[in-house]
Amino acid sequence: MKFETPATNNPIDQLKIVGQPVDRIDGPRKTTGTAPYAYERHDVARNQAYGYVLGAGIAKGRVTAMDTAAAKAAPGVLAVVTTLDMPRLEKGQLNTASLFGGPDIQHYHQAIAVVVAESFEQARDATAMIRVSYARAPGRFDLAAEAPKAQLATGDSGEGSGAPHEDRTGDFEGAFAQAPVKLDATYTTPDESHAMMEPHASIAAWEGEKLTVWTSSQMIAWGKRDLAKTLGIPTESVRLDSPFIGGGFGGKLFLRADAVLAALGARAARRPVKLALTRPLVANNTTHRPATIQHIRIGAGRDGRITAIAHESLSGDLEGGGPETAVAQTKLLYAGANRLTAMRLAILDLPEGNAMRAPGEAPGLMALEIAMDEMAEKLEIDPIEFRIINDTQVDPEHPERPFSQRQLIQCLRQGAERFGWNRRNATPGQRREGRWLVGMGVAAGFRNNLVMKSGARVRLDAGGRVTVETDMTDIGTGSYTIIAQTAAEMMGVPLDKVTVRLGDSSFPVSAGSGGQWGGNSSTAGVYAACVKLREAVAQRLAFNSVEAEFVDGQVRAGNRSAPLGQAAGADGLVAEDTIEYGELATRYQQSTFAGHFVEVGVNAATGETRVRRMLAVCAAGRILNPKSARSQVIGAMTMGVGAALMEELAVDKRHGFFVNHDLAGYEVPVHADIPHQEVIFLDEMDPVSSPMKAKGVGELGICGVGAAVSNAIYNATGVRVRGYPITLDKLLDRLPQVT
Amino acid sequence: MKAFTYERARSPAEAAAGAARNPGATFIAGGTNLLDLMKLQIETPTHLIDVNGLALDRIEATPDGGLRIGALVRNTDLAAHERVRRDYGVLSRALLAGASGQLRNKATTAGNLLQRTRCPYFYDTNMPCNKRQPGSGCSAIGGVTRQHAVVGSSEACIATHPSDMAVAMRALDAVVETVKADGMTRRIPIAEFHRLPGDTPHIETSLDRGEFITAVTLPPPLGGRQFYRKVRDRASYAFALVSVAAIVQRDGTGRVALGGVAHKPWRVEAAETDLPRGAKAAMAEILQGARPTHDNAFKLPLAERTLASVLAEARG
Ligand SMILES: Cc1cc2nc3c(=O)[nH]c(=O)nc-3n(C[C@H](O)[C@H](O)[C@H](O)COP(=O)(O)OP(=O)(O)OC[C@H]3O[C@@H](n4cnc5c(N)ncnc54)[C@H](O)[C@@H]3O)c2cc1C
Ligand code: SF4
Repeated sequence: MKFETPATNNPIDQLKIVGQPVDRIDGPRKTTGTAPYAYERHDVARNQAYGYVLGAGIAKGRVTAMDTAAAKAAPGVLAVVTTLDMPRLEKGQLNTASLFGGPDIQHYHQAIAVVVAESFEQARDATAMIRVSYARAPGRFDLAAEAPKAQLATGDSGEGSGAPHEDRTGDFEGAFAQAPVKLDATYTTPDESHAMMEPHASIAAWEGEKLTVWTSSQMIAWGKRDLAKTLGIPTESVRLDSPFIGGGFGGKLFLRADAVLAALGARAARRPVKLALTRPLVANNTTHRPATIQHIRIGAGRDGRITAIAHESLSGDLEGGGPETAVAQTKLLYAGANRLTAMRLAILDLPEGNAMRAPGEAPGLMALEIAMDEMAEKLEIDPIEFRIINDTQVDPEHPERPFSQRQLIQCLRQGAERFGWNRRNATPGQRREGRWLVGMGVAAGFRNNLVMKSGARVRLDAGGRVTVETDMTDIGTGSYTIIAQTAAEMMGVPLDKVTVRLGDSSFPVSAGSGGQWGGNSSTAGVYAACVKLREAVAQRLAFNSVEAEFVDGQVRAGNRSAPLGQAAGADGLVAEDTIEYGELATRYQQSTFAGHFVEVGVNAATGETRVRRMLAVCAAGRILNPKSARSQVIGAMTMGVGAALMEELAVDKRHGFFVNHDLAGYEVPVHADIPHQEVIFLDEMDPVSSPMKAKGVGELGICGVGAAVSNAIYNATGVRVRGYPITLDKLLDRLPQVT
Repeated sequence: MKAFTYERARSPAEAAAGAARNPGATFIAGGTNLLDLMKLQIETPTHLIDVNGLALDRIEATPDGGLRIGALVRNTDLAAHERVRRDYGVLSRALLAGASGQLRNKATTAGNLLQRTRCPYFYDTNMPCNKRQPGSGCSAIGGVTRQHAVVGSSEACIATHPSDMAVAMRALDAVVETVKADGMTRRIPIAEFHRLPGDTPHIETSLDRGEFITAVTLPPPLGGRQFYRKVRDRASYAFALVSVAAIVQRDGTGRVALGGVAHKPWRVEAAETDLPRGAKAAMAEILQGARPTHDNAFKLPLAERTLASVLAEARG
């Protein structure tokens, strides 16, 4: 189905099942421990052996020798494969650093060996017996130090909003020079780790030249293609299966060493091999969100109208990598005739930087939305009013492109009302409760809505049961449930008459889970397949397909009615289709919006910041399931608090690696950090986005939260911190005296 | 983890003798620290002596009105004990500020005292570390040192002792009771139990080879108001940047021990006479000779401010 004109009325609009806050259909399996995650799939292949991965102990240079004699002789060891056994493997299309092979080391903990043994403990022990000799080479590990050499870059992570080299509209420099009120400030965000619960894990089994990998992947088709490419085998020879994923946040978008080394280990050991990356390898072997240094300049008239806005971002990556697209939102969020955005990329020899939940907007808004708060203060305008004054209903760089929907003003106004914004004292440092300095902050949330081609197959059986198959993934988001809701609504059956099967590369290729496109795009694919199935059903039952209604397991037209299952016959009825998108995305700007509100207490003595309450008001198209959507948003808000207050991969600039590479050292929020969260979804339908009229929410929830926290800290203390995370040491010397 | 043999100890003396005989032997109690270190091959015992079966899990009153805490009393049970909550509030609070409920259910009194540093370079076996591999060098110096010591450190090591419980015990002047390989027992004041790194940071306590902890005794209750204030980046489940254990009497006198600043729980008794004059004077003396790094210099004002707020609360 080609989606080329805005959606009109369709069966989804009945909203009998879609749009309802139904429980996760996979919930019972998860809570009873019977949902099969990659590492626990003991049943899929007999005689599984265990693999353990060795990462390089240097950040740059060469492996000169590896002594594996002791490891090979160790008890239980079945095979040892080292990086010196083969030339550098071909890179997957979406990998920056090579995943294995050859003597060269591009970053710390790049995989250099896999040991396969009868037990996990034996594999781990034997791995530690491998003696490696290195020739070290100097590396570049300090982003600020490399800044002078950074080059202008285009950015498209493949998973976020792209941006060309340097974008200019009007005359930024001239307008900025003339502006009566100006801000010129630099903000920094650190490297961050996805830190998802389930590490990267795979089980690989060969049958002749055919390879099956049970894995944990957000994007099945990307993984299949890149695994075949890396191993140098035909794509058709590879099957990936990933029905359950214990979190990804972008960390599992791309093929990683677990799948490659499980496959190589299995080939060498002639046994199925399972392996998981250890926590330290998750930090240093896989990808992370790159640090940024962002320079923002805003000029405005005394009336609060922005006349000039510039956002320039610097980030680093390995040779051949891309920038963090932190300026993406600044191109679209606020009006202003004279604009400049640019990204620079420094070459660093740290592990590969890549997409993490809302790549671009998440760190970009952490900077931009502090800048907006600072400007509002200079202008002596309430920060909400300042944003409203500068609202735009069209793409400011291309005014002929309207936003398909844009309710940012409503998000902010409704949020202000609900949160009690009028109780905020505009002068910082005024509200004290016991030992706490209390403040409120606001930020706009913005994330583009991306649409992706997505396919599905639906099967009807004689009992009226509908089975959906698509290689879409559920990374904890609720894909199973919203897909079941979509099929149930379309086919007129109750939810328990729908079976959803996901994550298998033998199913039709879907949008996958990334860039908050999964929910809308994958359900639109299921919609398309169901439209076909409805036609086939109508035809089989000799109904006029336009008139046929699908209700309560029956098909009705006029005064005739037949059970749905009757159309299936003994063999069942199958339909398959793919939703594809026309030019609506270029004619309209599709984005999602939020108002984020945060209240913090800052301990007046110690500078510890504790969030007291949070509110997000979101405008993100039709909400397919308010319950799972809320889960997405509160999870993202929590991650935003982490980014604001504690998350930072600490770089050792001498040795070139992330030092705090476990969950004791890389702190993310715990329950005690998150006392009260509220989420409101505005009524919205976006007929331009898809027949579902839905958009993404999973990333919108994090976008802006960090700045709202930061602005609340400022309001509480009068201390403006422009470098994240806002740890107490950055506040301490500017807090009131304690006696 | 290296392969190891395993036995269950039958008595403290036998455990000590067994450990002294076998140079590769280590005791295992709750295992919450030891097993992690074994998995990473930071510790590589060839023989484990499981002491969990020894009947050392009781808390009893001592004749002088103090408390004797068996080495195997779990952190959860110690924190919840009625007398500890009533008479040694600083200890109960310190325990509850540590780790998580699940870990505290396993962690023992002796194991907690002997837990090893959380220096990230100690945990990464690719990096030189004098504590892990004597003589190899200290990677932390010149590296990422936000968590590290500011006082009492050396050119060889700037790690901290991560325990909360031990800081409270230091304020209380607890005594560690042990039995040695030859069956002799001794009582080690907590002040002498943990060592400064000097040029042997791998030697962390004054225990001899095989020496086994049987109990920790607390002197009679001190009264006063008792505080344990742990400052950290998140609200729970994180090690202290700085912690302050304080026992403050009505007249403003008292005791203070610090966590998160040194290779051992840090207490300078001489400084305590200055407590009635306020945090600034006392802390200047407590942290005299401090040599912080660029990353952790904030711990000096933080310690002072934290103590000040504790003293204010004690007054209020
Ligand atoms: C994720 C995490 C977070 C944590 N957070 C904190 C925190 O915030 N604050 C804090 O204070 N602690 C924290 N801890 C540490 C925890 O308190 C210790 O791991 C625990 O107290 C160790 O006790 P155990 O009985 O498990 O010791 P084990 O791991 O069994 O043993 C530790 C050491 O003590 C030796 N040993 C044990 N018993 C005896 C004995 N009777 N005589 C002689 N030697 C003995 C062992 O040989 C071993 O060397 C944390 C731990 C983890 C894993
Ligand atoms: S501070 Fe101590 S523990 Fe850390 S690396 Fe240096 S010697 Fe090792």
